[in-house]
Amino acid sequence: MMQLIKMAFRDLLRNKRRSFFSSLALGMGLALLLLMAATVSGEIRGAMDTSIRLDSGHLQVRAKTYDANKNSVAYEDLIANPNEVAAKIASLEPVSVATPRLFASGILSDRDETTGIRILGIDTSSPAMAPFKDGMLTGKYLENDDRSGILIGETLANKLSLKAGDAVNLLANTSNGDVDQQLFTIRGIFTTHTPAFDEYTVLMPLAKAQAITKTEDHASAIFVLLKNSDQVDNVKNALQTEQLQVVTYLKMNEVLLQTEEFSRGYMVLIYLIVLAITAAVIVNTLIMSVFERTREIGILSAIGMKSTRIMSLFFIESSFLAIGGIFAGLIIGGIMVYFASTVGFYIGNYGATSMLIGERIYAYLTLKDAIDLTIMAFIVAILAALYPAIMAARLEPVEAMRGGKI
Amino acid sequence: MEVVKTENVTRIYRVGDVETNALRGVNLSIQSGEFTALIGPSGSGKTTLLQLIGCLDMPTSGRVTVNGKDVTNLNRNQRADIRAESIGFVFQFFALIPTLTAYENIEMPLLLAGKSSSERAERVKQLLEWIDLPDRANYRPDQLSGGQQQRVAVARALAINPALILADEPTANLDTPNGRQVMDVMTRLNKETGVTFLFATHDPRVIQYARRVVTLQDGLIIKDELVEKSAVGA
Ligand SMILES: Nc1ncnc2c1ncn2[C@@H]1O[C@H](COP(=O)(O)OP(=O)(O)O)[C@@H](O)[C@H]1O
Ligand SMILES: [Mg+2]
Repeated sequence: MMQLIKMAFRDLLRNKRRSFFSSLALGMGLALLLLMAATVSGEIRGAMDTSIRLDSGHLQVRAKTYDANKNSVAYEDLIANPNEVAAKIASLEPVSVATPRLFASGILSDRDETTGIRILGIDTSSPAMAPFKDGMLTGKYLENDDRSGILIGETLANKLSLKAGDAVNLLANTSNGDVDQQLFTIRGIFTTHTPAFDEYTVLMPLAKAQAITKTEDHASAIFVLLKNSDQVDNVKNALQTEQLQVVTYLKMNEVLLQTEEFSRGYMVLIYLIVLAITAAVIVNTLIMSVFERTREIGILSAIGMKSTRIMSLFFIESSFLAIGGIFAGLIIGGIMVYFASTVGFYIGNYGATSMLIGERIYAYLTLKDAIDLTIMAFIVAILAALYPAIMAARLEPVEAMRGGKI
Repeated sequence: MEVVKTENVTRIYRVGDVETNALRGVNLSIQSGEFTALIGPSGSGKTTLLQLIGCLDMPTSGRVTVNGKDVTNLNRNQRADIRAESIGFVFQFFALIPTLTAYENIEMPLLLAGKSSSERAERVKQLLEWIDLPDRANYRPDQLSGGQQQRVAVARALAINPALILADEPTANLDTPNGRQVMDVMTRLNKETGVTFLFATHDPRVIQYARRVVTLQDGLIIKDELVEKSAVGA
C-alpha cells in the first residue's frame, strides 16, 4: 500500500502541470459551489432577517379572526386596548420588544398619480422602530402626537417624485367599511434597503392611524421581538388565549421558507452540473495517464500485480488530485465567500412583498454546506477515477513485452 | 525436473479479417537449470512463444505446463498469481517502472508476493550485489545506463526465486559492452543460483552464451541442439 501511494504520488509529479490544472479545476468547481451555496443561504437568511426586523417580528399576537392578507380594520378583527396587552407581553422574560401596530390598506395620491399602499400605524417611540429611524434619508422622524405627518419609503418617494415637505392625499379604509381621506405632509423619507418594502409602506403614529381608520384604541397586531428566536414556541404557548392567536415568524414567512426549499433542490442540480464538468477534467487527465503508461501498467501486471491493485493506484492518484483540489477550493472559495459576505453584492429591487429581499445580498456559508460540498467534491473525484481505473486494469500484460511495437 | 512443457501449441492472431498463424504446433520441453536461447528470424514467433510460456497470453490450441502445473486455461488472476510466484521477466525495452528507484523496482515483486520488509531489504541488497550495482540502489531508471537498467531488470526477475526467467531480446537495445555485461550477469546467476533461463534473440554475440539453442521458423521448431563448447569470454 505504501508503495502504491508512493508510486501514485510520483506519477502525479511526473506531469506536474497537468496534475496542477486538474486539481485546480476541481478547486475552482468547489469554490464556485461554495460561493453559490453561500449566496443562496445568505439571501434567504437576509430576507428572513429583514422580514423579522421590519414586518413580521418573531411573533405577532392578533385577534382570532384576523386575516393578514386582508388588512381588515373591522372591530372584531382587531385587538382592544393594545397598549395594555403589549405591556403585558413585554414584561415576559424572553421578550425584547412588544409594540402595537395597525395595518390598513390605503391609496396615496399626488397631483396626478395614485398608488396603493399599506398604512403602518406605529408607536414611534418603540425600540422596534430602530431600522426606520436609522434609515432616515431626508426630513425628520415622526413624533407620536403628530396629527398630519407621515413617513414614506425611498422607493415610493422616487416612484411618485415626492420629497420631504410635500403634501399628499391619503385615502384609507375604515372600520365601518367606508373610506376616509385627508391631506398629509411628508415629514421625511426612510430606507430599509429593502425596495419591495419601501415601495408600499407609509408610516404614521398609531393614534393618527386609529383616527383615520376609525378604530379607536385598537390595533391589528402586537409586534413582538424576542431576545432569542429559539424561544418562539415557548412564548407562543405562553401567550395563546381563547380570543387571541399567536403567529410565529416561521408561519408568517412560509413563502420564504418554501422558496428556500425550492432553491436548495435547484442548487443540487447546479452542483451536479458543476461537479460533472470537473469530473470530466479528472477523467480526461487519468485517461491520458493510462494511455501514457500502457507499457508500465503492462509490466506491473506481467510481474504479477493484480487488477485490483492497479485500480487502486488510480484511485489513490485521484484522491491526491482531490485533496489538492479541495485544499485549493477551500482557500479560493473561502476568499470569495469572505468578500461576498462582508462587501455583498448589489442586486437592486428584486424582492416581492411576500419575500423581502434587500438590495444587497450578503453571502453566508453554513458549516453544513461547506462540509457537504467538500465531501461531494471528494466523492466525485473518486468516482471520476472509476472508468480510467477499469481501463488500466483491463490492459493486457502482453503489451509490456511488445513494447512500443503495438 | 521439467520446468516448461508445451504440447502442440498454436497461436493464431486475428486482426480484422486477417489471420496470422504465429505458432503452428510447438513442442518444447525445458529442464530446470537450463540456459537456452530461442532464435529465429523476426516474425518467426519467438515473442509469442515466450508470452504463452510466461502466462501472459493463452494458446489457441495445445497445452502449456509450467513447473508441473497446467496453465493453459487459467483465468486472468490465476495467471497473475503464477507469474508472481514462479516466473521472472526481462523485456527488450528496459522495462523498469520509471517512477521507482533501482531498489524499489527490484523490491516490487517481493512486495507483490507479500514478503516482510526485513526479508525484502536483505534480498534486494543481495541482488544489487549480484548485479554489481550496490551503489546505484537509489538511482531512478533514467539515471542508469541501458546496461545497468537491464541488469536491474534481471535482478527484479530473479527477486522471487522464480522457477524460470524469460528474457525477450534482452540485449537488442544495448551496445556490445553493455550487452556483454548483461549476458555475463545472466550466465553467472544461472550458474550460482541454478535458475532456468530462456531467452529469445537473433544477436549472434548472445547466442554464443547459450548451452542449448532452439531455432524457430514460421511458427515451428526446425532445430534444437545442445552447444558443447562454451564460447564465453572469447
Ligand atoms: N498482437 C498481435 N496481433 C497480430 N499479429 C501479431 C501480434 N503479435 C505478433 N503477431 C504476428 O505474429 C507473428 C509472430 O510474431 P512474434 O512472436 O512477435 O515474432 P518474433 O518475436 O519472432 O519476431 C508475426 O507475423 C507477427 O506479425
Ligand atoms: Mg519478438
